[in-house]
Amino acid sequence: MRTADPHTLTGAYALHALDDDERARFEAHSADCDACTQEVLELRAAAARLALAVTVSPAPELKSEVMRRITAVRQDAPRTIPLARPGRLAARAHRMSRWVPAACLAAAALFGGVAVWQHDRAEEAQDRARRSERQGDELASVLAAPDARTRTAKLADGATGTVVVSKGLDRAVFIASGMAAPPDGKVYQLWFDDGGSMRSAGLMDPGRTDEAVLMRGPVDKASGLGVTVEPAGGSTEPTSAPVALVDFPA
Amino acid sequence: MKEAVEIGKNPAAEPNLPDLMAEVARGDTEAFAALYDVVAGPALGIVRRVVRDGAQSEEVAQEVLVEVWRTAARYRPERGSVMNWVLTLAHQRAVDRVRSVEASAAREQRAALLDRTPEFDEVTEQVEARLEHEQVRRCLRTLTELQRQSVTLAYYRGLTYREVAELLSLPLGTVKTRLRDGLIRLRDCLGVAA
Repeated sequence: MRTADPHTLTGAYALHALDDDERARFEAHSADCDACTQEVLELRAAAARLALAVTVSPAPELKSEVMRRITAVRQDAPRTIPLARPGRLAARAHRMSRWVPAACLAAAALFGGVAVWQHDRAEEAQDRARRSERQGDELASVLAAPDARTRTAKLADGATGTVVVSKGLDRAVFIASGMAAPPDGKVYQLWFDDGGSMRSAGLMDPGRTDEAVLMRGPVDKASGLGVTVEPAGGSTEPTSAPVALVDFPA
Repeated sequence: MKEAVEIGKNPAAEPNLPDLMAEVARGDTEAFAALYDVVAGPALGIVRRVVRDGAQSEEVAQEVLVEVWRTAARYRPERGSVMNWVLTLAHQRAVDRVRSVEASAAREQRAALLDRTPEFDEVTEQVEARLEHEQVRRCLRTLTELQRQSVTLAYYRGLTYREVAELLSLPLGTVKTRLRDGLIRLRDCLGVAA
């Protein structure tokens, strides 16, 4: 093996797969290599999607513990010397995004055959899994969207509701934290608020007090969301006053 | 419907995630709580995937989230989304943890690593089977077998590329390029920009 061209280490570096010496050497090299820096940022973004794919729901105690701990932690001051030169990086990112969808389509076409074979193995189970996976994937896309905007509201009993909206994707995610379980035989139903008329956006899982839900359907012109308690299975229109109303971020 | 009590936060504050980070950097604990709700699940998810042990994972995830609070002012939007920043940190800290544990028992670790060789196929398979997101899974399928194995072993198991090379009995240079080519393919398929 020839002595390594440090540039080929971008992948291993983005995956934290270098030992300390190599990492230091790579960082020294990339300080003067804009292409390396840009590639690392892009590869890290790809790796972050691998992380989003294994999202879990933390126990509520984790949040209270973290919130407790930060009260005793002094925050670092901002760095006053900029490390990156933003203009150029941003321009590069734009160029990138234009050809990416084509590459993605080509890859999907190429590997469609594999997908069909796998589908045959356990058709029904996979179908079910796929539906929920697609939702999980869309949910992740909303959370990671560059135009994602959030708003948090306090709900009853110390619960909080956070809504994340991506205008570009036209989708919204509602993240409930510490919600009381609904009464027996009831569920929480989500609604888009279309100027006062409520459009169903799906149900929350009655067994969970912390949940991130991809709201069903496009955001469209909705100005906010409502949460009501409905009979199991949900209703076509709200049958009770909302337990929460949250305006979408502008 | 509209008469119900509006419980939205201060209507003037309508933060996107970078704005939320800016508020966190100024010491706003409410903003941090909102940020927590968005990033804690993915952060704990990747830490748990790498560290495996439940109690240790919670510990590392806590440290990561506290570090997000502490270093919020260092976040630079031009270097990627808030989510990417947090998850990069979470993965780094998870890897730090497994490597420090392993360094303290380096010889045993090496033996264990070699011991694990026969089952590694199964491990990679499991990781893929449990991936929640169809798009990520579909894109992983666009990688060659070697690229996929290298990327998932490095990322989900927190192995160095030398360890990956040893596990797969491949030359170092090959693994290095597989990691890079695999991630580039993943990036292009997922359509992610930095």
